[in-house]
Amino acid sequence: MNQRPFAITLDVGSSRSNHTGSWRVERPNYVNRLPPCNNACPAGENIQGWLYEAESGDYEAAWRTLVEENPFPAIMGRICFHPCESACNRVQVDEAVGINAVERFLGDYALEHGLRLPDAGPATGKRVLVVGAGPAGLSAAYHLRRQGHHVRLVDSSAQLGGMMRYGIPAYRLPRAVLDAEIQRVIDMGVEVMLNHNVDDIEIERESGRFDAIFLAVGAQLGKRVNIPAGDSARILDAVSFLHEVADENPPLLGRRVVIYGGGDTAMDAARTARRLGATEAVVVYRRNQEKMPAHVEEYEQALGEGVTMRWLSTINKVDADKIVIEKMRLNAEGFPEATGEYEELGTDAVVLALGQDTDLSLLARASDIEVNDGSVQVAENLMTNGRGIFAGGDAVPAERTATVAVGHGKKAARGIDAYVRGATPEPVAKHALAEFATLNTWYYSDAERTQRPELEKVRRQDNFEEVVLGLTERNALFEARRCMSCGNCFECDNCFGVCPDNAVLKFSDGTYEFNLDYCKGCGICAHECPCGAIEMVPERI
Amino acid sequence: MTKRPVRFYQVGSFAVGNRLLSDEERTVQSDPDRTNSIDSGHRACQGCGEALGARYALDAAMRATNNQLVAVNATGCLEVFSTPYPETSWRIPWLHSLFGNAPAVATGVAAALRVKGQSEVRVVSQGGDGGTVDIGFGCLSGMFERNDDVLYICYDNEGYMNTGVQRSGATPPAARTATTDVVGPQPGNTFGQGKDLPRIAMAHDVAYVATATVADLHDLEAKVERAMAFRGARYLHVLVPCPLGWGSAANETIHVARLAKETGMFPVFEAEYGVVTSVSKIRHQTPVEEYLKLQKRFAHLFGKNPRPEIVAHLQELANRNIARYGLIDREETPAARHASTSEEPA
Ligand SMILES: Cc1ncc(C[n+]2csc(CCOP(=O)(O)OP(=O)(O)O)c2C)c(N)n1
Ligand code: SF4
Ligand SMILES: [Mg+2]
Repeated sequence: MNQRPFAITLDVGSSRSNHTGSWRVERPNYVNRLPPCNNACPAGENIQGWLYEAESGDYEAAWRTLVEENPFPAIMGRICFHPCESACNRVQVDEAVGINAVERFLGDYALEHGLRLPDAGPATGKRVLVVGAGPAGLSAAYHLRRQGHHVRLVDSSAQLGGMMRYGIPAYRLPRAVLDAEIQRVIDMGVEVMLNHNVDDIEIERESGRFDAIFLAVGAQLGKRVNIPAGDSARILDAVSFLHEVADENPPLLGRRVVIYGGGDTAMDAARTARRLGATEAVVVYRRNQEKMPAHVEEYEQALGEGVTMRWLSTINKVDADKIVIEKMRLNAEGFPEATGEYEELGTDAVVLALGQDTDLSLLARASDIEVNDGSVQVAENLMTNGRGIFAGGDAVPAERTATVAVGHGKKAARGIDAYVRGATPEPVAKHALAEFATLNTWYYSDAERTQRPELEKVRRQDNFEEVVLGLTERNALFEARRCMSCGNCFECDNCFGVCPDNAVLKFSDGTYEFNLDYCKGCGICAHECPCGAIEMVPERI
Repeated sequence: MTKRPVRFYQVGSFAVGNRLLSDEERTVQSDPDRTNSIDSGHRACQGCGEALGARYALDAAMRATNNQLVAVNATGCLEVFSTPYPETSWRIPWLHSLFGNAPAVATGVAAALRVKGQSEVRVVSQGGDGGTVDIGFGCLSGMFERNDDVLYICYDNEGYMNTGVQRSGATPPAARTATTDVVGPQPGNTFGQGKDLPRIAMAHDVAYVATATVADLHDLEAKVERAMAFRGARYLHVLVPCPLGWGSAANETIHVARLAKETGMFPVFEAEYGVVTSVSKIRHQTPVEEYLKLQKRFAHLFGKNPRPEIVAHLQELANRNIARYGLIDREETPAARHASTSEEPA
């Protein structure tokens, strides 16, 4: 007898027996692309990675991801000139993500909660000498300790930090923050020798039986120019000036101070002079605002604090109570040329901020090390021509910022590690850049950037209190959530949702997979992926 | 409106899901255990908007009814690509009868359930735009008038796609179809004809009428849920781009639907008892060209012999929608609009 219902001749089957994946000519692939912020970070931070952690409110995890590359988030969050933000894709939507502000929030969070850096690695028995305890040297010490090498860190100054202490004024980087983050590195078991001048690098190497050396001596000598000066003219250089202020032994400047130069050091010197009581702090610079090397934040802060600018001017003569300025104009190539017009300016002291040189006298016997234009020449891995001697930071040709120095420290540590193990350093593979065109920004809410509060101007005049303040937790979280996670999946479920063929599988650990039995290759998932983490690749047919 | 306020995350409220949302705040589609009312292996074209729209709507209806749902289907692509006898993609109780009678069949199903005392089982009737605005229109209007307890969902791909892209009463003016060739002074479909079924449905004063697109999942799901809160006749009109019939790229199905809304070509709104109660505002207003240029059915308006006056005419129709439904708030900035639906820092 027929068991089937009336008029039914075949059993019902599922369409799943029809493998429509065979229609496909292209297949989707999950990819990781390099976010432009990460790509721009001189310290090689995984910015997108730590913002992703911060977004969920797990600030410790975010901090841990961050310090994989850079042990100084609280410092960087204050003094880094954040090339990441200039590169940030969100600039093309509204405004860059406030990466630097979040970094500072994480750094402060870690200090407040007493988070410790990862432990030192198992001892390798290798000994490394790091000369110079600035950002490059400290960063190298951190990474070398993690690799398990013994590190002796020497510096000629009385305290650690290099230019972070002796160049950057306390209103930009409070000393408590600087000290705490440095101490955390030292606590990993770094042997420190302060007030220690290295006169000859070869003698130092032999006496300490070091397997490798990292030279991170910085550029501590203020450049001098020959300006005719009267006997009682008061001329200082900005590097020593800031150093003395940092040592709490500020020189007497008088009421009217002229700062000569247009870089960040000039701005720091001018703002410091104002805080020491100068009623007039005038920056004299031979080119114009457009050509000025100082970062715009620094410049604007200086203006806000009453610093004034004299563009297109050079100093021709310095006397006890005045200087003579010659006016300049820019020629067709943008170089300043003299006009022959002069002017006098009443002043009590002149601070020269005309750049810095490196003191390389310690290399006198290391004749194989190549020095060019006052900078130590290095290979890609930061090794000099000298056997086992690496160099980085301001002493080598590169942009002179603390963040670049921190990046050098990491790179040198990697090079040294390979060198002492007798291995060749593995090149770090880079993903393709997550360009703006790969994103689908429709999915990101309109959300304008949170600005950092600033100390009121009247409260800055006579002290070194910190000027730029931190974000609240709420604002930091909001800012982290503005990140678009360029080129890296952040589990938005779009691919899982938009596939007309249910060919995306979602797993409980937040991962996805394509079910190629049914994926017809329409590419909607790739098109609708907000962050460009799916690519379509031709199917081999 | 039952739309849940979504907190501000990396993607705000626009993406399907977010790892940081609680389960209740997530869309039905982000749930790994969603019904998948229509299963893999169906024979819809690559990038089919109708397959997607049907899964979005029915999965949401399944959640809203606690899985007590029957679907009735008119003939059309949705029926043909899902159910080549004896195979089927449907994972829910599903009936098919004819091209023109789905609303009447649904009426019968609802009546039968009432007689059996199974009022918790809800009925959805669905079809393409041809089956809805043309051949099934009489049955649908009757279903509205009788106020039968059915949610009717029209998947509007603006033509008779299953039989080879013929014009329907929902085909937009100037569009090329197999029966509206691009010849003569007014190439493509005629201006001034066709039916605006959501407004016709509203004229029946039924409890709930809404439009949606496959480009805004949150909105679509909220509307299905809202529709299920009413008893009686309800109507949901979902725009579902058809890559084959529109000549759009398979990967741009959602993008095209989004532009239909952002240009004002397709107004997204909802109405209760004949009165509009909310509209989806345009977020980034876009000229109609951007929408038209992605579709080969409008290719004759561009290229070597462009027809800017026809494009301008279509823009006028979009502007009329914008004015009629208030799709743009002139005085508000986009940021201010956003602030009303999300959590911002103090
Ligand atoms: C009475 C009747 N006339 C014609 C057909 C042929 N037919 C089947 S589907 C279809 C068009 C369907 O168009 P639409 O309802 O818009 O659905 P789509 O395929 O576009 O999703 C036609 C004309 C039929 N099945 N029955
Ligand atoms: S949006 Fe996020 S990932 Fe993209 S560049 Fe900006 S910070 Fe980096
Ligand atoms: Mg149709």
